[in-house]
Amino acid sequence: MTVRLNGEEAARKIASACPDSIVSADKDAVVVDSKSLHQVAEYLKTDAGFDFNYLANLTSVDYLDYFEVVYNLISLNHNHSLTIKTRCDDRNNPTVPSVIDLWRTADYQEREIYDLMGITFSGHPNMKRLFLWEGFEGHPLRRDYL
Amino acid sequence: MVIKTQPFILNMGPQHPSTHGVFRMRVTLDGEVIVDLEPVLGYLHRGIEKLAEGRTYTQVIPLTDRLDYVTSMTNNLAYVLAVEKLAGIKVPERAEYLRIIIAEMMRISSHLMGIGFFLNDMGAMMTPVLYMWREREKLVDLFEMVCGQRLLYNYMRIGGVSHDIPEEFLPALKKFIAEMPKFIDEYNQLLAGNEILLARSKGVGILPRDLAINIGASGPVLRASGVNWDIRKADPYSIYDRFDFDVPVGSAGDCYDRYWIKILEMRQSLRILEQAIAQLPEGEVCANVPALVRPPVGEVYMRIEAPKGELGFYIVSDNSIAPYRCHIRPPELINLTALRDMVIGWKVADLILTFGSIDICMGEIDR
Repeated sequence: MTVRLNGEEAARKIASACPDSIVSADKDAVVVDSKSLHQVAEYLKTDAGFDFNYLANLTSVDYLDYFEVVYNLISLNHNHSLTIKTRCDDRNNPTVPSVIDLWRTADYQEREIYDLMGITFSGHPNMKRLFLWEGFEGHPLRRDYL
Repeated sequence: MVIKTQPFILNMGPQHPSTHGVFRMRVTLDGEVIVDLEPVLGYLHRGIEKLAEGRTYTQVIPLTDRLDYVTSMTNNLAYVLAVEKLAGIKVPERAEYLRIIIAEMMRISSHLMGIGFFLNDMGAMMTPVLYMWREREKLVDLFEMVCGQRLLYNYMRIGGVSHDIPEEFLPALKKFIAEMPKFIDEYNQLLAGNEILLARSKGVGILPRDLAINIGASGPVLRASGVNWDIRKADPYSIYDRFDFDVPVGSAGDCYDRYWIKILEMRQSLRILEQAIAQLPEGEVCANVPALVRPPVGEVYMRIEAPKGELGFYIVSDNSIAPYRCHIRPPELINLTALRDMVIGWKVADLILTFGSIDICMGEIDR
């Protein structure tokens, strides 16, 4: 059975390794400041206790006040999982650092989010639309897209 | 005299018999050798995630049929499990068993199709596919008995399944389970030791173990690369912890292993089916769930082992009758991330084969 790590405990460990990175944490998820997202992701991947070698799912949600990008991480070796999230408030130009250098699986998933939600992933080598054609106006998965 | 050469850009698809739907690849060739490849997606994009936001939770179920339409009911299952987890709905025992029976039949049906078309891509034009079709047809007849449909079944419901099985279903399924090992032996006799199959697929399109994990591969693609990871075992959902079965694992990560794993998995699915039929209890097939489900505010990520890998649903609820957000984690799109790495340096004919061995369905990739 995959063990869901407690977000609050994980947040304490993350905070000691990456200071000023945690925005909030509850038992289900850790919310990370987008500026430190890459640093936290790298820590979670390389730390032997966490060892998150598998990024299962990467998605985004539009809460109108802010966008949330959600990472469902799994360690195949320890068989445990953790959800981390990051937020961006800027509706006109939301940007989150890419994690493609850590988990290549982020390649299409980040492009999909860029295409449908309009969040740019800085550091992604090929940040262009995945499904819709170049020149399509708007990002359909945003709640204010009609 | 030096002959001037230049790379050649070849567009394969979207209308191409070997692309399993409307898939397009922009391939850069040096002679016959592949130097670069870029998939171009979106020809079947219907915006299913956006459509789901405008429907009630129950109305989303038929949309999930249209993801990977070869394994429709497995998609139904992943979705209803996610909603049930979010809303805390308990499913009757009989429905749990019926779901497992259907899901494992779907796995056999999907693998038959995957293997058949893989051999088609190898150049064994249509003959293996028709052998596989012979058995798949029996499964489709069984599905028709259950819910009256032959492709888009819409069978699962939040809280159970839509109908109980008719009385002629179990005898027909038992007959299928008894006959199927013989047919698998027949395929092996025709294919497994075939010199052409070995020459074309052994050592071709290798996906190393570490890369497979890093690109988030799942299902037979991941296991063929030597990773023992099956969500039915690693994180059992529904009632999979009650069955005894093995997880076949490959070693080389080449096209042959990806083919062979599917053959072995069919045998394991038959084992699960036998046990599920033996344990099948009597009773209700659907819990008493209101027509308009309103899960409490929250979010859930539910994943299952679909025939092609980890199929996940990330659903956010705002306590209304429609999902606030419904993201689908597509195993086939993510498995496809590795295609470029697998084919660089190989010839065009190997590209078709490697692509076939990943076993994709565009309905799920483009959504």
